[in-house]
Amino acid sequence: MEDKPRIGVYVCHCGTNISATVDIDTVTSYARSLDSVVVAKDYRFMCSDPGQDLIKQDIRELGLNRVVVASCSPLMHEATFRRVCEEAGLNRYLFQMANIREHCSWVTENGKEATEKAKALINAAVRRVFYQEALEIPEIPVNPNTLIVGGGIAGIQAALEIANSGNKVYLVEREPSIGGHMIQLDKTFPTLDCSACIMTPKMSDVGSHPDIELMSYSEVEEVSGYVGNFKVRVRKKARYVDEKKCTSCGVCQEKCPWKAPSEFDAGIGERKAIYIPFPQAVPNIPVIDTETCVYFKTGKCRACEKFCEAKAIDFEQKDQYIELEVGNIIVATGYDVFDPSPIIQYGYGRYDNVITGIEFERMCNATGPTGGNIVLKGGSAPESIAIIHCVGSRDEHYHAYCSRVCCMYALKFAHLIKEKTDAEVYQMYIDMRCFGKAYEEFYQRIAEEGVKFVRGKVSEVTDQAINEEEKGKLILVVEDTLLGSVIRVPVDIVILATAIEARSDAEQVARLFSISRSADGFFLERHPKLDPVATMTDGIQVVGCCQGPKDIPDTVAQASAGAARVLAMISKGKVELEGITAVVDEEQCSGCKTCISLCPFNAISFDEEKKVSRINEALCKGCGTCVAACPSEAITQRHFTTEQIMAELEGVLV
Amino acid sequence: MATLAPYKEAAQIIEEEGGEALKLCYQCGLCTAVCPWNRVTSFTPRKLIHQAQLGLVDFEHDEVWRCVSCKLCVDRCPRGVRVMDIMRALRRVIVEVGAGITPDALRLSMKNTSGVGNPLGEEREKRTDWVKELGVKTFTKGTEILYFPCCYQIYDPFGKRVARAAVNIMKKAGVDFGMLGAEVSCCGESMRKAGSESIFQNLVQSNISAFAEAGVRKIVVTSPHCYHTFTEEYPEFGGDFEVIHFVQYLSELLREGKLEFTKKLNKKVTYHDSCCLGRYAGLYDEPRQVLESIPGLELVEMRENREHALCCGGCAGRFWMETKKGERWSDLRIAQAIEVEANVLAVACPYCMLNFQDSLLSPEWGDALELKDIAQLVEEAM
Ligand SMILES: Cc1cc2nc3c(=O)[nH]c(=O)nc-3n(C[C@H](O)[C@H](O)[C@H](O)COP(=O)(O)OP(=O)(O)OC[C@H]3O[C@@H](n4cnc5c(N)ncnc54)[C@H](O)[C@@H]3O)c2cc1C
Ligand code: SF4
Ligand code: SF4
Repeated sequence: MEDKPRIGVYVCHCGTNISATVDIDTVTSYARSLDSVVVAKDYRFMCSDPGQDLIKQDIRELGLNRVVVASCSPLMHEATFRRVCEEAGLNRYLFQMANIREHCSWVTENGKEATEKAKALINAAVRRVFYQEALEIPEIPVNPNTLIVGGGIAGIQAALEIANSGNKVYLVEREPSIGGHMIQLDKTFPTLDCSACIMTPKMSDVGSHPDIELMSYSEVEEVSGYVGNFKVRVRKKARYVDEKKCTSCGVCQEKCPWKAPSEFDAGIGERKAIYIPFPQAVPNIPVIDTETCVYFKTGKCRACEKFCEAKAIDFEQKDQYIELEVGNIIVATGYDVFDPSPIIQYGYGRYDNVITGIEFERMCNATGPTGGNIVLKGGSAPESIAIIHCVGSRDEHYHAYCSRVCCMYALKFAHLIKEKTDAEVYQMYIDMRCFGKAYEEFYQRIAEEGVKFVRGKVSEVTDQAINEEEKGKLILVVEDTLLGSVIRVPVDIVILATAIEARSDAEQVARLFSISRSADGFFLERHPKLDPVATMTDGIQVVGCCQGPKDIPDTVAQASAGAARVLAMISKGKVELEGITAVVDEEQCSGCKTCISLCPFNAISFDEEKKVSRINEALCKGCGTCVAACPSEAITQRHFTTEQIMAELEGVLV
Repeated sequence: MATLAPYKEAAQIIEEEGGEALKLCYQCGLCTAVCPWNRVTSFTPRKLIHQAQLGLVDFEHDEVWRCVSCKLCVDRCPRGVRVMDIMRALRRVIVEVGAGITPDALRLSMKNTSGVGNPLGEEREKRTDWVKELGVKTFTKGTEILYFPCCYQIYDPFGKRVARAAVNIMKKAGVDFGMLGAEVSCCGESMRKAGSESIFQNLVQSNISAFAEAGVRKIVVTSPHCYHTFTEEYPEFGGDFEVIHFVQYLSELLREGKLEFTKKLNKKVTYHDSCCLGRYAGLYDEPRQVLESIPGLELVEMRENREHALCCGGCAGRFWMETKKGERWSDLRIAQAIEVEANVLAVACPYCMLNFQDSLLSPEWGDALELKDIAQLVEEAM
């Protein structure tokens, strides 16, 4: 140890959060009595500017070389006080925090005990900081290229924001075209813009942007590396159409004799075995679905090939693997729509005229299978339509959360129905949630259009009529909770406002990118309020509905925020890495490799020559797994050395 | 206009019983829409829950006595509210705290049960007599199984037939079983649901010690109510024994090849899932397996079956209360059985049996439908 430790201790009142329970004077004078403590002071708000200045001044004037702040949780302010130390010329790892709020004053009303515990925690921090050492904070350059996964509105927005600044973007989309769910929508609330009209310009910008490399019909297979320097392996699935030769004339899909349900039309329309999913698709190149294509089953047909003048059909095409190097990754994989078939009482799949919201969007759309006509199966016009809210949402049997868009799209549907038909519309809702800008106004507008609101959760949809009016109808049974009585509502079409849920492969995707998921299945953000775009893995952002249900405005805002994060990092050009890493003592290492298989960040490699493990400091996150596992005790964790931990323990125990 | 002034003691009992879940109700009304009462009259459990949340229940209102604890709504409630537990709590406030008036019929059954250990008000000694009449040995230490029939299968002439059938089957299958007489009492399940926690707990204590004294380890019951309380409620009070319902036992005997059928029953049978065996215990397959194994028997399903089965209307003390003609669920259920052209309605619960029996007395049904417990059908075919 270079200099003899000179420790300063700063006790915070946190307004009255701490001082109302903990006796600040007792604690401060106790701190002053501790070994190596040069100064101990208290202040109303240590985190405020004057509080910070107090520490800086003491470091400079009293020559402090260790600092302890006894205040709130390190989660709250460790970064603040580390910065304060650095600004006064002290390495950030020479700082230690004692949590006397969450661990003392907030958990008891007994002032005496709280004070005793505060003393113990401060003693522990002082003893610990005594042994702490300055650590180097490595910096590495950032690769300016960015990978964006998912080409829905979120991925598209982020890609354009980044590429427009002149930086390279790789946009990987699993489906044959970008567009995601938004391109399936007919109109969008609350302004009722035509979804395709506002979406397709952005899609074609992506397709033609010099700085965006669009990799459609592709999937990320492998990710390695770390913030600033990721390596990614992408599988470009065989389309069986040569993208360079194809002129997008569409004759192949015209001539192909084989049909399957159209994914784009949510299964209510059909497409061919070779198909461009929808007219405005980007890229506008067909793909052969080998499940439906008869050539792939029997070896006969090849009709498309015969008619393709550009000779673009290539039955021999193989999947390609492409390696990318990027500095940042944005995950924008969106959501799945809840499948309502398990709620058998609603008869989805059993009754033809019970449909989901997304099916209704396609039915409403002029390019959809009904040419935009709202009709019953068979083509007749409806006299009445009911929309059931919260299907799969706000229900502990399915998803406990609110999907946030269903009330609003249900209102939108009511408007579209009123506009296109003479049908009566019923909204079966539990609570109307119209929280966004201009949303309440939209609710009011739809109410003015003469929609009927029934407050209650529908118990069943049945075709068992009990009187003449109900004959041939679908009858909804519900308690109108405002009337306080059970009513039966006969209608022709029932639309289920189905939940937005995490993608069925969210678990695999999370593992691929080393990110976490919250209990609801969506990807977990670093902080729900203060950092809703970053993840716990540096360099990886989550934007759009893959992070949680949201509408388009929120999706676009979050995507732009994600892009801003990436751009900030690119413009800074380098990233600081954590100084707390593990080191192998080569003398002690027996070369058993236990640590290598355990490291969750693949940070350890084996030096075949010396037969010892070696830790890559840029990859090491300082999780300590290897430290605990090493049978030869050859690994030390910086900032968590045995000496430091023992001293801290002694501090609490004595 | 009423001023919000909650009845504190009541609120506390309700909160204890309905627990955290009561607070979770968000008034969607699904329970009301699901509740079968609304097919025959009107009843809004949702409103009662809200009143309970605010501590503003009208204890004089007969709504408090409606819920039969059929559990249909509970299985659907999006917030996991145990509606029937809250209904039970409301009754407890009336019965135990005196916040309202207990209906006469129910009071009589309670008085009987606490006095002589059975709701019918019959003498205890008759239990012992019935065991003798059946020719079953008294349960003693070392006997493998205790057969414990429902009070209605001991005292009611119609119910008795089921106990007799069960006994005959077990004898034929060579089972080592015995019975207890005056030492045991009603299981108390319905007392608790009807709101009398103290009567229930007394019965539990006396039965648990009677079982312990006799060295009982395994009990076969012919009522799903005994089954429910023995498996789910007695353990809280220290009850520690294995319990199986007779249909489970039959399906076990069947698997082991111990049931031999000698006769064909050329009948079209439909099975009514009782709530306690179905929604409470999830025993849907066993009764159907047993029925289908009977030679010649054709099993048909009613429109509402298994998880969705309509309750007979007789649980939670409702059994003792008069339900107006036109409001009886048992009538709806019989119509469902007739709709699928069954000639036998099979049950596995004494309450269901007596409720349907009552309904079938009405001339409107003619004699299209026979009512049988599964045990009786099995006995017939042996
Ligand atoms: C019926 C309905 C109506 C709606 N109406 C409106 C409205 O009127 N107004 C409004 O504001 N909001 C509306 N919404 C909400 C809106 O759909 C979403 O806010 C928006 O689509 C979210 O976009 P996203 O990019 O996050 O997700 P998505 O649209 O789901 O896009 C995700 C993209 O990622 C791709 N992908 C997924 N996984 C991978 C992977 N592993 N690798 C590569 N690519 C992958 C998908 O193919 C897709 O293209 C509606 C929602 C529904 C269900
Ligand atoms: S179903 Fe559940 S949440 Fe809905 S009103 Fe009934 S108890 Fe409340
Ligand atoms: S348990 Fe049955 S009777 Fe009671 S409220 Fe629910 S549905 Fe109605």
